[in-house]
Amino acid sequence: MSYEIIGIVVLWLFLFGYIIVASIDFGAGFFHSYSVLTNKHHIISNIVQRYLSPVWEVTNVFLVFFFVGIVGFFPSTAYYYGTVLLVPASLSLILLAIRGAYYAFTTYGKLRSNWWTYLYGFSGLLIPASLSIVLTISEGGFIEESNNQLSLQYKTLFSSPLTWSIVILSLTSVLYISAVFLTWYANKAKDRAATALLRKYALIWACPAIITATGIIVELRTHNPVHFQRMLDLWWMFALSGILFITTVYLVWRKKSYGLAFSLLTGQFFVAFYAYGLSHYPYLLYPYLTIEEGFTNEGMALALIIAFIAGLCLLLPSLWLLLRLFLFNKDYVEGKIK
Amino acid sequence: MESEQAVFYSRLLTELTLSFHIIYATIGVGVPFLIFLTQWLGIKKQDDHYILLARRWTRGFIITVAVGVVTGTAIGLQLNLLWPTFMELAGNVIALPLFMETFAFFFEAIFLGIYLYTWDRFRDQRKHMLLLLPVAIGASFSAIFITMVNAFMNAPQGFELMNGEFINVEPIVAMFNPAMPTKVAHVVSTAYMTSAFVLAAIGAFRLLKGSNHIYHKKALLLTLKVGLVFSIASAIIGDFSGKYLAEYQPEKLAAMEWHFETEEQASLTLFGFLTNGDEITFSLEVPYALSILAHGNPNAEVIGLDQFAEDETPPLYIHYLFNIMVIIGMIAMIIALFYIVGNALNRSFIMNRVFLWLIVSTGPLTILAIEAGWWLAEVGRQPWVLRGILRTENAATTSNHVDLMLLLFIGLYTVLGLASVIVLTRMFKNNPVEQEILDQQRNGR
Repeated sequence: MSYEIIGIVVLWLFLFGYIIVASIDFGAGFFHSYSVLTNKHHIISNIVQRYLSPVWEVTNVFLVFFFVGIVGFFPSTAYYYGTVLLVPASLSLILLAIRGAYYAFTTYGKLRSNWWTYLYGFSGLLIPASLSIVLTISEGGFIEESNNQLSLQYKTLFSSPLTWSIVILSLTSVLYISAVFLTWYANKAKDRAATALLRKYALIWACPAIITATGIIVELRTHNPVHFQRMLDLWWMFALSGILFITTVYLVWRKKSYGLAFSLLTGQFFVAFYAYGLSHYPYLLYPYLTIEEGFTNEGMALALIIAFIAGLCLLLPSLWLLLRLFLFNKDYVEGKIK
Repeated sequence: MESEQAVFYSRLLTELTLSFHIIYATIGVGVPFLIFLTQWLGIKKQDDHYILLARRWTRGFIITVAVGVVTGTAIGLQLNLLWPTFMELAGNVIALPLFMETFAFFFEAIFLGIYLYTWDRFRDQRKHMLLLLPVAIGASFSAIFITMVNAFMNAPQGFELMNGEFINVEPIVAMFNPAMPTKVAHVVSTAYMTSAFVLAAIGAFRLLKGSNHIYHKKALLLTLKVGLVFSIASAIIGDFSGKYLAEYQPEKLAAMEWHFETEEQASLTLFGFLTNGDEITFSLEVPYALSILAHGNPNAEVIGLDQFAEDETPPLYIHYLFNIMVIIGMIAMIIALFYIVGNALNRSFIMNRVFLWLIVSTGPLTILAIEAGWWLAEVGRQPWVLRGILRTENAATTSNHVDLMLLLFIGLYTVLGLASVIVLTRMFKNNPVEQEILDQQRNGR
């Protein structure tokens, strides 16, 4: 396998990791705020807090890791995406900053006010929306190049149905992923009331999530026929993802093995995400930048891959320790120890 | 918007973000080391006060970490948003340390989470202390790696330039550039130093506000000892930095010392004001000192600004920044020395109100010195982003909305700055150490 393929596969994996952990995080923040608004927070706030506290910082690192990695492996992305994303990415940054800081302020600084909770919860929903703009732009058709200057066509961007489909997909999948995960977590904590409530949320959000996902494929047919054709060639991967989705919903519906349900959900998104990425190949930004053109020199690629392997040898045991102490620790999950 | 304006606003926004981030980042590098040291002392001396000190520092530390993390994410992304041409070019050579920095940060983030939530889980405090080791190491290594990137911008190497593109790239050579050793050492040691003085300022402030607890005195002695050691180290490394500049970046040294003519036996200009562009008033000339500073030899020749084209030298106001940095460093060092000696000789002046206020002032002052030092280092590199290769005006984004983004980020940092100060003050005001010691005794621990 060539270096650039290794690079993009690994980065895609980290982006996937970010999407899962961030979805849980954003969704949990939203459900928490929503429960405060509807006076149900006594049911789920403990569960949410106990999960989020030890991992909130780690979630953020996944994102940093991805954008540092993509600039490292594909420096030209800095030029193309950096120039056009100034406004949307700055807005995401501000939202991320508000969210991250206020989580710490309220949790450790005891800044107790419902307004902060709302700010925290609802800003979380805007972040996936603003970040998903990148996926839309990568499909091409929103950037104009003239006199050596790139500019984002905001009017075209905001009037395109593709943009809004991707935004809605990101919102619904955040809530769906998060609800399924928290159902499992609450069930492990033997918290019946929370499990019941979160299971309801999971079932409510399953339907819009799958409808918007299918909708995007249809949108692409007119927006980017090349990409659409490549997606059709990979129909079996999307079909597999669909089967995993149905099984997840069935398990949650029948209140059976939530742990397995969450693994299947991860599988569903994993397959769909890689199928999407594979069909996007060879473009990083259609039609300006391909993976081959944007790739860094050989010396750097080799150094990055070595650093990456060495880093993983350090990170994986540490992550495992974190999960073992908190997520997979029965006493911690049940709230018997702090 | 004209592209000139885009460059101006990009510079302003980068400066704003970095200046804000550096406050939290410096504390983020230095404080874990101090917490580790304190907890180790507490275990060694079997003294619960030190353990409590570590615990209370940690609680405040989280708040600063949170702001450090979010502003660090901001600058990481802003580099690509505001300087796309620079990142596209330099990314080919310098991606390795950038990438390793995120690894170090990742490592730190994981163990910080574990450390925070296991205070009461392990019977053996030593086990818990070990969890802090990766936090302190991760924090210091992210500083080391990111400073390597900055050092590369001052002394680019490890590549060949052909038709505007880098070929034959050697990432390791780029990392270990000539500017790296002094820069990294100075950044890490001043971070330890500044954090120590900030924590000392808190202790002195509590003593001034009427708390006479032995706990604060222990904290004060420990932090000032650390502060003294690292202020001496920073001064020595600072001297090496001067020698580095004389050798590799003479235009920066000449601009910061107002050294206009190349000459032997060069004298050092202390303080002073520059009027009409070239007349120096109110200055103090120390004969031979600049030659000693630059080459360790009073007769050595020091290159002056006359050797450079006018559009390749940095602005002369960096002289003031240099003075601010050095004077504050000296003041902090002397205050720490007086306290430690006074304490050893059992003199009462160390509990004098005026002297305590002086200690309190070292906290904000050392932070100011960090800012001044970074402005000096960064403005001193102008007009280059990559010295000798890429000029600043050719590296900035061509986007039209930088001014608007600048306003947004000013708003964000104002809110974050105020909120973090309010939260930190409330945290410690509502739960003074006396109360916490009482609570602990009541719980039978």
